[in-house]
Amino acid sequence: MARLIRTEKEVEGRYTEQWIVVDEDVLEQWPAGPLETVGRPVPRADGGQRARGEARYTADIKLPGMLHAAILRSPHAKARVRRIDTGRARRAPGVRAVLGPETGPLTDEPPYEGAPVAAVAAETSEQARTAVSLIEVEWERLEPLLDPEEAVRRNELIDEPNREERGEVERGLAESDAVVEAEYRTQTVLHNSMETHQAICEWDGDDRLTVYISTQFIWGVREEVAKRFGLPEDHVRVVCRFMGGGFGSKNGPGDYTYVAAELARATGRPVKCALTRREENLDSGNRNSTIQRLRVGARSDGTLTFLDGEFVNATGWDGWLASTGGPMRLLYACENVRTVEYGAKLNTPPMAAFRAPGFVEGTFGLECLLDELAAKLEIDPLELRRRNHSTHDAVDERPFSSKQLLECYRRAEPHWERRDEVRARSDATWKRGVGLASQVWYGGGGPPSYAWVRIGGDGRAAVITGMQDIGTGSATAMAQIAAEELGLPVDRIEVALGDSARGPYATISAGSSTIPSMGPAVRAAAADAARQLIEIAAQRYDREERVLSLKNGQIVSSDGGSWPLEEITGLLESGQILGKGSRGPNPTGMRVLTFGVQVAEVAVDVETGEVVVEKIVAIHDVGRVINPLGASSQVEGGIIQGLGHTLSEERLLDPSTGGNLTQTLDAYKIPTIADVPEIVTDLVDVPDEHLTNLGSKGLGEPPIIPTAAAIANAIRDATGADVRSLPITREEMLRALREASRQPAREEVGA
Amino acid sequence: MKIELSVNGERKEADVWPGESLLFTLREKLGLPGSKNACEQGECGSCSVLLDEKLVCSCLVLTAQAQGHEIVTVEGIAEDDRLHRVQEAFVQTGAVQCGFCTPGLIVATVDLLAHRPEPSDDEIREALSGNLCRCTGYQKIFDAVRLAARA
Ligand code: FES
Ligand code: FES
Repeated sequence: MARLIRTEKEVEGRYTEQWIVVDEDVLEQWPAGPLETVGRPVPRADGGQRARGEARYTADIKLPGMLHAAILRSPHAKARVRRIDTGRARRAPGVRAVLGPETGPLTDEPPYEGAPVAAVAAETSEQARTAVSLIEVEWERLEPLLDPEEAVRRNELIDEPNREERGEVERGLAESDAVVEAEYRTQTVLHNSMETHQAICEWDGDDRLTVYISTQFIWGVREEVAKRFGLPEDHVRVVCRFMGGGFGSKNGPGDYTYVAAELARATGRPVKCALTRREENLDSGNRNSTIQRLRVGARSDGTLTFLDGEFVNATGWDGWLASTGGPMRLLYACENVRTVEYGAKLNTPPMAAFRAPGFVEGTFGLECLLDELAAKLEIDPLELRRRNHSTHDAVDERPFSSKQLLECYRRAEPHWERRDEVRARSDATWKRGVGLASQVWYGGGGPPSYAWVRIGGDGRAAVITGMQDIGTGSATAMAQIAAEELGLPVDRIEVALGDSARGPYATISAGSSTIPSMGPAVRAAAADAARQLIEIAAQRYDREERVLSLKNGQIVSSDGGSWPLEEITGLLESGQILGKGSRGPNPTGMRVLTFGVQVAEVAVDVETGEVVVEKIVAIHDVGRVINPLGASSQVEGGIIQGLGHTLSEERLLDPSTGGNLTQTLDAYKIPTIADVPEIVTDLVDVPDEHLTNLGSKGLGEPPIIPTAAAIANAIRDATGADVRSLPITREEMLRALREASRQPAREEVGA
Repeated sequence: MKIELSVNGERKEADVWPGESLLFTLREKLGLPGSKNACEQGECGSCSVLLDEKLVCSCLVLTAQAQGHEIVTVEGIAEDDRLHRVQEAFVQTGAVQCGFCTPGLIVATVDLLAHRPEPSDDEIREALSGNLCRCTGYQKIFDAVRLAARA
């Protein structure tokens, strides 16, 4: 029987309550450890297509009669259109439609550089771009607000400040033997997915719309597009088969989709709107910069007495207040914690979620602060973290559904103990050291998500769901889960996804949620199909159901008989066996979180300020691991993005005009293969026994969270210098070294 | 203007405008979208192809300059039904995540191994540092190149 329940849902650390319907029979979790297929490395199912260049991304889709859009974007951070003349653009070769600022989302009062003002559809992208350059605009330039601190002073905020407090900071302060206070800064970072944001819109009549889009959330796009154009949701079909990366920036439809839809309506032809790399770096979201003023107090034995943080997020013109104070509230057992987070509304492009938004920034500050405290107390940094280990969520007193952080610390020990050896390899120029940082994040996923499983006469199975695989390999993980439940080799499972018209509702691929949200639904659907197979086989072979099971493509009886699956399914000829499954609720009254620790080894050239990261060990607790090959790839990818965040990446704005100076990949430095350190991945593969029928948490985000702080702490270990501002460029490193040399007391550290 | 060139061993003709890039011609006119466009200005390597056995960014080559030359794209790497050992190695080692950078990396790796059958790590770094990947963290790309070199 279907049961209606109210449950809590979390995406990127933001909780909402909602009703869901769950099926009655709850599956027991599989035993821990590698099974037949689950828990074993499996190369991705569609890898061959991708490697042959045959995978068709949104960027590769060409529809008959398709036009190409180009957008005129504001060259100013704040301006008003006094006069606009699109006449020459309209007459340019190949042009089929021009939209001016009167059509939303285009605007004649752009509030940031890159905001869309006008758009053209033409036969080729070249013609569309040429036409855009022929649009004449007379601008009235206005004074932009660019300084986040100034915005906070003027109360120009994206939302109410988020103030949270437990205990009493003043009391904690009075009990402290040592207090450390510091200001940390993190920069604005750009996602730079290799496939830029893009969509193709095609109308069928005036009330049905198909959207091909590079997205992390097919169903979110469907809902928002339907709402915007006043259509029933089933009249909007959203397709995303292959997707070239998103990292949080592709969670919704975006202006480019609406521009494509409006131009398609105006011309009666399908229209593609694809951002160029420059547009991508102007207006497709960013990890906003932060200023963090933090304080911590402790007793001489290392017990934290209070944590206090003020966080200013440079949110930009739009977006939401990222949870920069989250790690401070969640990571340690501390009675007195106060955080206030501001989101400054500025004339800069809107932020977007970027792989653990808020927590990457907040962990940098918090975990550097902890190491500064450890130095002051002369306590080993790993020991300091152990002493403040939390056994439950101190925010609302809930127990954790599972927490293997102490096990992570235990596994970190041998790497941590290399400190002396690594430091001893220092010479006059190159100083070496080791640092670590802990990680906490969400990643429990939640309902709703649905899957169907279809078994055909040939004994092959298809998993059908409206989810997307954004490149992480989640489709392969789903095939493994279904294969395990059906007792089939994984190559007999097809996963059909990426199309809202061909499968049921599925989760957003963000917030480390695809596997924990989708996996249990797929398992439930496969179990439903497996149950039917057994029931049919029991009748056919005259056995009791309880003696039958599915294994290696066979129906196996405990009395010794076995029959190939095709023998049963073949009976049905064209008939099919259909299973359905849904994602159940998260455990009531518990907090589902992911944890981990990373240990970094660095070398710093104290003459030039060059920082070389030599090794990173990543130890994470994400519950049951489905595919170790895909999982380690996620970890490595997260760490390298973290490395870019720490050392080289920064969106630079002209401080007077607000103009973006880093629009190309030459100017904006993402890591290359030349920058890669040795990476060791160690996942504590213990299922979360309270979480769903799978026990898996998400892994997309945790690995990027502690990287910056681990590197900064290793730099402190190597040189005694406190690097408190990202990215740690050579200039920043030399500045920190100069500052450290003015404080002789700290100089012996790591010398 | 009309241009004739050889692509993956086949003679092709295309009607191009003077400033048209080889990448555009391949993707939009010759039905070969395997080479990817991620920057259009020579900064990411996702459009890598071989031009007379030399590795180039096809977004920086004018199609007009390729008149009469031989091009190999990612679609021309596999031997019929079987993946080329470089492609196979990328799949087996997990070096493919979203895969948008993969065609460029495959072509660049084929080129590397043609010149250096057993490249050192430094040679791999040097040869592939022009191919940006935002997903994998490159570790598994190293694994793939080493595996392909052994195969
Ligand atoms: S598309 Fe040619 S190098 Fe980026
Ligand atoms: S796999 Fe996504 S960019 Fe390389």
